[in-house]
Amino acid sequence: MKADPKGVLTGTHFLDGDHACCEGALAAGCRFVAGYPITPSTEVVERIAARFPHVGGMFVQMEDEIASSIAILGGAWAGKKVMTVTSGPGLSLMMEHVGLAAISETPCVFVDVQRGGPSTGLPTMPAQADIMQARWGSHGDYEVIALSPNSCQESFDLTITAFNLAEEYRVPVMFMLDECVGHMLEKVVIPEAEKIEVTPRNFTKKKPGEFKLKETDDSMIPEMVKAGDGYNIHVTGLTHDERGYPNLTPKIQDQLVRRICDKIRNNADKLYMAEEIMMDDADIVLVAFGITSRVSMKAIDMAREKGIKVGMLRLQIIWPFPETKIRELSEKIKGFVVPEMNLGQIVLEVERCAAGKVPVVPVSNAGGAVHEPEDIFNAIQGIVK
Amino acid sequence: MSETVKTKKVVEDNPVNQYLRLDRMPHIWCPGCGIGTTVNCFARAVSQSVDDLNKVSIVSGIGCTGRVAGYMNLDSFHTTHGRAIPFAIGLKLANPDQKVVVYSGDGDLIAIGGNHFIHAARRNMDLKVVCINNFTYAMTGGQVSPTSPLDTIATTAPYGVYDDVFNLQFLAESIGAVYSARWTATHVTQLTKSMKEMMNKKGFCFIEILSPCPTLFGRRNKIGDGLDHMRIFKEKGKVRKGMAAKDASITDEEFPLGVFVNTERRTYIESMNERYSKVFGPSYEPYPEGE
Ligand code: SF4
Repeated sequence: MKADPKGVLTGTHFLDGDHACCEGALAAGCRFVAGYPITPSTEVVERIAARFPHVGGMFVQMEDEIASSIAILGGAWAGKKVMTVTSGPGLSLMMEHVGLAAISETPCVFVDVQRGGPSTGLPTMPAQADIMQARWGSHGDYEVIALSPNSCQESFDLTITAFNLAEEYRVPVMFMLDECVGHMLEKVVIPEAEKIEVTPRNFTKKKPGEFKLKETDDSMIPEMVKAGDGYNIHVTGLTHDERGYPNLTPKIQDQLVRRICDKIRNNADKLYMAEEIMMDDADIVLVAFGITSRVSMKAIDMAREKGIKVGMLRLQIIWPFPETKIRELSEKIKGFVVPEMNLGQIVLEVERCAAGKVPVVPVSNAGGAVHEPEDIFNAIQGIVK
Repeated sequence: MSETVKTKKVVEDNPVNQYLRLDRMPHIWCPGCGIGTTVNCFARAVSQSVDDLNKVSIVSGIGCTGRVAGYMNLDSFHTTHGRAIPFAIGLKLANPDQKVVVYSGDGDLIAIGGNHFIHAARRNMDLKVVCINNFTYAMTGGQVSPTSPLDTIATTAPYGVYDDVFNLQFLAESIGAVYSARWTATHVTQLTKSMKEMMNKKGFCFIEILSPCPTLFGRRNKIGDGLDHMRIFKEKGKVRKGMAAKDASITDEEFPLGVFVNTERRTYIESMNERYSKVFGPSYEPYPEGE
């Protein structure tokens, strides 16, 4: 389906990553946003508040992040495409509803513009330390999809992808900017609406009485309905059967939880999305995302000048993690270098998939400022030696 | 055997059946619990006040009362602890044609959910909030709640409650509810009538229902079973026409009942439309306000 032109600000703009994310949401068809101010994400909802009255959208600033994160789930069950926006401390508060979205299979987007933590940490400075929280922050077993843009253009483009994936897989989609990408200004080209592909909600064609809320085919993804359509659905955070009714038995728990995980795990290869930079001849591969991938480009240049064959796997979808790709690479390269603005999160995944076949070298950074390219370069040199 | 058949027949003929998910019966509530009685009143009120049931959704939080949504044959949402109101706000604002009812307990709505309660009323969100006040956290075994009366025993107040309670009627009035009433599970006629008024009123409406929890409040506090508690409600429950909400505290002597607030105020969406129409002029297309 093509985007609704009403929400698409076609043209060439000079936008920061936060504003570009807002425009991406509008283009994707998002018409319900609940949020709460928090640096460095506030610009997203500020622009939403300014833009929504002109496109028939509903923005509501809630009393806290807990309320925001569940108001969007209500909005989704009323039939809207929905989003909330926050940063670390807010994301911590929202976690219970990431879990509710996962078990109730509610399509929704959580935007996290990452700042330094833990706790109040560095409100105005960048980090990439919420990556594991985005994946594991709510209790119990579940899966999400998480994306990370590294430019303002990509903040626009991938926000649309985030909404489309939320509809396709019915999971909470985590959109992980970092403060640098959120606040830097770049050229953003917004195409015409008919050039933007959006995924409509998969509303059932079954009649009330024939429809079961959580019945699935091989796709493992049930069809949607919305409140008011006459289906008398029951949506619950309790473990539930195909009808959506609570059923608190180990058997149903196993079926439900495996399915909401497998619908992502079994599609992990389809959900591979990364830019492969100078990989054809690479002996050493950097695995990076967000602003760190741009700093890494400088380190690659430095290494290439010295004749070291370095490439980069620049992750756009972080979760599900590209296990197959890392496994394949570890059969043929000499080592991985993983720069990230945290003390070692994605490096654990790379290590897990490389399974000891090649060295995996972290280049950690507690946040506050981007890496020095020299630090990344030194790690590359370390493997060569 | 003939007894069973007879009982079954009576149940099948019950006019509220169509409002219940009979495939989910039996329910989880204890004998003597007041929640089921209030659900009966609610079903009757809905049957007498709403033509199109597809336009009614019900949202609950967590707790014994939190299970109400799941037994109603409506679009129903069983959310997280304390967060029924913000979920309901999302549901309502994203589709204003729905009449959205929140049905939950005192701990859920007033303790963990207290902040949402305050702000939803302040903004006059068009919601219908029913609070079963059984003076305790029942689902988790009888802990102290913001409405547990002084001196009563709770598992987390084993020597008696010593902190002051909320007068929910005064609270609702002060935060801007347009309708606020208190009844008990014994006052079924008045309660049903009040629920009908609520179903047809726009804005933030609140009904508090004092309800027996014999299992975890009644027995522990030597009140006895559900019927004994109902008897106390009958004795001490006094309909006080014209009493100010601030004076309607529940005391040892009296449980003041009635409609304490009934007023008009523009809803959240109406306020928004007014503002935007003023700023943008005729180019602004008003957001749907629902019926
Ligand atoms: S524990 Fe109390 S409130 Fe819960 S179902 Fe039993 S009687 Fe009712």
